[in-house]
Amino acid sequence: MSEQIRTHAIDMSSVLRDKGNENNHNETCITVKDLNLFYGEKQALHTINMEMPKKKVTAFIGPSGCGKSTLLRCINRMNDLVDSARIEGQILLDNENIYDKSVNVAALRRRVGMVFQKPNPFPKSIFENVAYGLRIQGINDKRILEETVENSLRGAALWDEMKDRLNDNALGMSGGQQQRLVIARAIAIEPEVLLLDEPASALDPISTLKIEELINELKEKYTIVIVTHNMQQAARVSDYTAFMYMGELIEMGTTSELFTNPVKKQTEDYITGRYG
Amino acid sequence: MIKVWFKSGAPWIWLNAAAVSICMLMVVGILGLVTGRGIGHFWPSQVKQFTYLEEGKSEKIIIGEQVDSSVTPALMAKSTGHKMADNEDVLIQYLIKSGNRDVTGTDFLWIEKRNVKSENEPDDLIVVERREWGNFYGRILEIKESGKTIASGSEAWPVLQTKIVETLAVFKEIAHLEKKEIGSINYNLERLRLNQRKLELENRLDESAKQQLADEKNTYDAEYKQYQVQLADLYQKIRRDVLVAEAENGVQVKIPLAKVVRVFQPNSMTVFDKICHYGAKVYEFLTEDPREANTEGGIFPAIFGTVMMVLMMSVIVTPFGVIAAVYLREYAKQGFITRLIRIAVNNLAGVPSVVYGVFGLGFFVYILGGNIDRLFFPESAPAPVYGTPGLLWASITLALLTLPVVIVSTEEGLARIPSSIREGSLALGATKLETLWLTVLPMASPAMMTGLILAVARAAGEVAPLMLVGVVKLAPTLPLDGNFPFLHLDRKFMHLGFHIYDVGFQSPNVEAARPLVYATALLLVLVIVGLNLAAIVIRNNLREKYRALEG
Repeated sequence: MSEQIRTHAIDMSSVLRDKGNENNHNETCITVKDLNLFYGEKQALHTINMEMPKKKVTAFIGPSGCGKSTLLRCINRMNDLVDSARIEGQILLDNENIYDKSVNVAALRRRVGMVFQKPNPFPKSIFENVAYGLRIQGINDKRILEETVENSLRGAALWDEMKDRLNDNALGMSGGQQQRLVIARAIAIEPEVLLLDEPASALDPISTLKIEELINELKEKYTIVIVTHNMQQAARVSDYTAFMYMGELIEMGTTSELFTNPVKKQTEDYITGRYG
Repeated sequence: MIKVWFKSGAPWIWLNAAAVSICMLMVVGILGLVTGRGIGHFWPSQVKQFTYLEEGKSEKIIIGEQVDSSVTPALMAKSTGHKMADNEDVLIQYLIKSGNRDVTGTDFLWIEKRNVKSENEPDDLIVVERREWGNFYGRILEIKESGKTIASGSEAWPVLQTKIVETLAVFKEIAHLEKKEIGSINYNLERLRLNQRKLELENRLDESAKQQLADEKNTYDAEYKQYQVQLADLYQKIRRDVLVAEAENGVQVKIPLAKVVRVFQPNSMTVFDKICHYGAKVYEFLTEDPREANTEGGIFPAIFGTVMMVLMMSVIVTPFGVIAAVYLREYAKQGFITRLIRIAVNNLAGVPSVVYGVFGLGFFVYILGGNIDRLFFPESAPAPVYGTPGLLWASITLALLTLPVVIVSTEEGLARIPSSIREGSLALGATKLETLWLTVLPMASPAMMTGLILAVARAAGEVAPLMLVGVVKLAPTLPLDGNFPFLHLDRKFMHLGFHIYDVGFQSPNVEAARPLVYATALLLVLVIVGLNLAAIVIRNNLREKYRALEG
């Protein structure tokens, strides 16, 4: 499988990707290369280099303001919305630079779904929330919509609770339910990557547990990148962990290694609670 | 001690409460005054018969309704030329509505209480509401049909009742024929004339076109003749009956029944009769055209014009304002220029409305309208179509006047939508436009409605600019009727606000008009409240639907 062919087109690469997956379980999905990010004059990310493997959970940990959310938002170009943000370097998704001029941002975001810290369902019915992404793509066939909504809600472990309330307003749900609805909404458009930005920080322990179980199930199908400030959570759900500090990537490795045998002193201080 | 009291915050709370109370008092006061004066006007009051003797003159009889009274201190009365005896402290005067303008020349007069020798309320006094000359007060003598007396004395009253009903039915028929049928024929004839002129101007008036036009004209003419015959018949019928009555001074007055709106004997009416009468009067007020230089009859064209104009304005201002606000908030680069534009828009809201009127007249009516006429309606020259004040220009001028309100509140609504919602939509692969249309604008719709509510409240009460761009004292044809194209944006219209001004200040008969000013004011307030309530209900529904996330 030559690299040259891979860099061609999106649809081509997706075919190849599926083939490659059978052979290579640790295939790289996202590669960050020399990424610098500036907010105006202030530099928020310093020369980040990392790789995130396919169909695994990668966690970013670090103290508040260390740039982990900013890095996450680079992966689906959410930082484009910030007027003052300026980005140097590359992020490769399946070996294509997502910051290339030819990239359609909306199409990219369909491939890279995102769930935010606070649940943000639209003020519409549960059904319409999940169907939103499909309707944008022009899919209005009722049968397809119903099928997708059911599958997505099942995927987010919400179907049994909600199947009789599909036409209720989503804002009437509890926080935990809303967050799972938002996950269902994200997976309804079948992305390749799912970015989770502190998905459980606004939730109670039981809801948090449900979300974590969900992440474990979702990694069968999606590459997941999660930002969390809760180290136990990172340890519980992730396969790989990256520790960031002051806009720099300090250390990255498999979760078990990073937590039991960190290489850098800063990492050790942080995970043992001597810092932050 | 005082210090402690100040520190406790109590005086501050009292001050706040006082401010609110004063606001409440003013609102209640306005509504109370307008309602009290406006509502009472339609109640049939008792008609009194006074025996009146002024010094140095012979005794006379005055018949009329007592509508007002005044008490003047003796000193003041003396200085205005009244002779006052020493033992009199005050001069009490009554304002009497005595009607009979055709007999006495005036229909209101002041009389002095001390000169009234006796007063009573005889049952047989009648009030005749007429289409000309105002009310008649007096006694019924006889009914004549084609010059022959058919009833007199006590028999006359019941006969009169049945006759009136018949005459009113005929009158209605005539009005319908003249306004609807013949009006439509006239409208079509005018259309034919314009068509012909247009073809002439375009040099396309050949023989076949001429023939076709002539044919059409002939059919309309034939129709017209037919209606003419019907009308002549009806007119003969309606002019047959005459009521002969006696005024207070013994003069016999012949009142053709065709000119009578209603006859009643207020002194012998029961409360139930009076309530029915009141209801009929209110109904007339709401549904009929004005009579007698707007001092009698109804104000339906004004209600219709006001509502129509406000609706037209809403239709224009809402999309316009929303689109402008979306650009300002969502697309324009936030910086010095957008700030400047925002300040300019806010200041536009403070420009006196009459300035908008002048602008509307100068720009919309003369420049825009004049050019539209030249380009599209050359056939009707020199008569203007759009080059003259009318409903369209009034609506556009008011839309311009209320635009800042809509822009400002829509912008606020857009700014209030949490960025998490926008991000959520964008993260699902929606473009900015899709995010805007599917999520942001629906969520901002309550704010747009708020803007519209404020706009409606302001526009419905505006008078000054309207006087320049389309409102008139009397517009017998409504801007909406059964003749194609049904909505006539070029027509002038009546407006409640202007009607108040016109009746109150431009009327030849101030006394008669005064209660109508209050009644019209009350109605204007009710119309605005109604329009606002409708908008508020819609907004609250939207709010419930698009309840924004907390924080």
